[in-house]
Amino acid sequence: MFYREAGDFKTSYVDDSQTFPIKFDRWRYYAVLAVAFGVVPFLINDYWANAVFVPFLIYAIAAIGLNILVGYCGQVSLGTGGFMAVGAYACYKLMTAFPEVSILIHVLLAGGITAGVGVLFGLPSLRIKGFYLAVATLAAQFFLVWLFNKVPWFYNYSASGQISAPERTILGHAVTGAATTAQAKYLFCLVLVVGLAWLARNLTRGTVGRKWMAIRDMDIAAEIIGVNPLTTKLSAFAISSFYIGVAGALFFSVYLGAVEVGEAFGIQKSFLILFMVIIGGLGSIFGSFAGAAFLVLLPVLLKNILVGQLDWPTDLAAHIELMIVGALIVIFLIAEPHGLAQLWRLAKEKLRLWPFPH
Amino acid sequence: MPDQLLFAMEVTLNGLMAGVMYSLVALGFVLIFKASGIFNYAQGVLALFAALTLVGFQNGQIPFAHLINAIFGTNLHEFGWHLPAVVAIALTGAVMVLLAIIIEKFVLKHLVNQAPIILFMATIGMAYFLEGLGDIMWGADIKKLDVGLPQGISETVESVTDSLFGYGFFIDNLDIVATVVAALLVLSLTLFSQYTKYGRALRAVADDHQAALSVGISLRFIWVLVWSIAGVVALVAGIMWGSKSGVQFSLSLIALKALPVLMLGGFTSIPGAIVGGLIIGVGEKLFEFLVGPMIGGATENWFAYVLALLFLVFRPQGLFGEKIIERV
Repeated sequence: MFYREAGDFKTSYVDDSQTFPIKFDRWRYYAVLAVAFGVVPFLINDYWANAVFVPFLIYAIAAIGLNILVGYCGQVSLGTGGFMAVGAYACYKLMTAFPEVSILIHVLLAGGITAGVGVLFGLPSLRIKGFYLAVATLAAQFFLVWLFNKVPWFYNYSASGQISAPERTILGHAVTGAATTAQAKYLFCLVLVVGLAWLARNLTRGTVGRKWMAIRDMDIAAEIIGVNPLTTKLSAFAISSFYIGVAGALFFSVYLGAVEVGEAFGIQKSFLILFMVIIGGLGSIFGSFAGAAFLVLLPVLLKNILVGQLDWPTDLAAHIELMIVGALIVIFLIAEPHGLAQLWRLAKEKLRLWPFPH
Repeated sequence: MPDQLLFAMEVTLNGLMAGVMYSLVALGFVLIFKASGIFNYAQGVLALFAALTLVGFQNGQIPFAHLINAIFGTNLHEFGWHLPAVVAIALTGAVMVLLAIIIEKFVLKHLVNQAPIILFMATIGMAYFLEGLGDIMWGADIKKLDVGLPQGISETVESVTDSLFGYGFFIDNLDIVATVVAALLVLSLTLFSQYTKYGRALRAVADDHQAALSVGISLRFIWVLVWSIAGVVALVAGIMWGSKSGVQFSLSLIALKALPVLMLGGFTSIPGAIVGGLIIGVGEKLFEFLVGPMIGGATENWFAYVLALLFLVFRPQGLFGEKIIERV
């Protein structure tokens, strides 16, 4: 009844090709946007921003990026942490080299630089497939982290080897640095997330996205019907890396403020984001958000229960948390291998018929 | 002979030994990948878990002591006995078999016919779980593992090379033992898979699941079997690595060392795991020795991957992997 195509008449091409062609979807989307822009900024405080909202938004960008590569184009990558590091360091170098340029442009440029690096490491995908490729992308992960550790130019020869974000403002409000308010952080990330998610949604509906999916479903067959594997795979690597680079830049400049590369962008980060994509659902933009939300909220929740409520020692709680996360991932994969997005798809099917199932 | 060349020879020898250690881990991967098509990321954590359990049994630690103490306010730590190494190893082997049965029953059985990436993610989930479980059962502190293997510089090698070249090579006794053990392990695995009934069943399953099922081979039993073998291989790797550098969390990261070995050798080939390990071991040690000082050192983290990557560009299935045939 609520979610239906019937009775939703389109009278122009513009109507027919809009981002959310179904009315229920469109209004739900507007409602979410209204809450995100109109309600959350007034309620948010430092704890909620730093523990939940900002990491959720940043991970959502990274998850969308990885989902484009893994979920839409079928190229499994374990180098996400390394590419995020490229975004972070590119952003840092740009911020310190051109302090007068807006941070927004720096973040987007950092994404562009990451896209270039991503294409470079994507080149082997033309020869290597499946798990061999997944392991090959680990080369990017380890090499890039090593590079940023060993070449002092990247961290401006600072004694600690860390990079820390100087204060930068947008429209007079600080968005990086120590003086940033929770609202500024949140809104800055939110604007980027909304823009990038909208872009991703439309990319995946269009020619580019269909080519990706053709390559994913069977690359040889796609090649035979005229999809160029070179441009398709490399464009997936480029766009995916762009998103991941933007996420890395935000992760460093807005969320953490100061970063040590091995700690913030290690192999664990690659796995974390891959988990978000898998648990959220491969090949779904909504799934990327759902997966990011799930894996950001879960540790916060567990920590609050185990340490806050049951009063266990923190080291014990950390180990139990590891066990629970591991077990949940396995249970999840068994119960719903297509992820949270599949649950949402089923819910929509139900909504279509409800309350008259016959 | 010039010093530089002698050093390089010593580095090469040490690289070969290190390669054997990598191969030990890679073997477990190959076994599972061949028999079930699962890329088992948890292999490194299995080694860590085995080593932790072994140390725990040897020292008579009470499992879950920390957890019990936290809940009931008791102060338990040890049973107060010390088991001989052989008994502890046998017990740990039994635990690994039990673990294989549990994994099959609670995880693999439910994931039949899923996409390889889903299975891969499930093994990462298992890796997290086992890591947490190992720490809770036996405590997260760094432990010393001593099962009576010889350690320290091998004086025979040193004196022989000294008399030959006038310069004594530094070779760790433990590495020599590891080489012997790896050779024995490969030999016994080969004998097992060539000459026993279950070995033949294993090869049949590796070849074709459905055909194996249709001639009456129980897939589930084979999976338990192969995970048990992988568990025992992990135990051997855990003993070797644990004796070398202590039993601690970083032991589980040896899985990451084994991955380029697998890529180079091919996911499906046991000889490939050995040869790949040797190439990676020698390659990264020599690279670190010759090029490392020029570009800041610590190249061992990534060199193996880049080498394997370049290699794969020319031979996408690895050295000994089965030729990948694609049809539309």
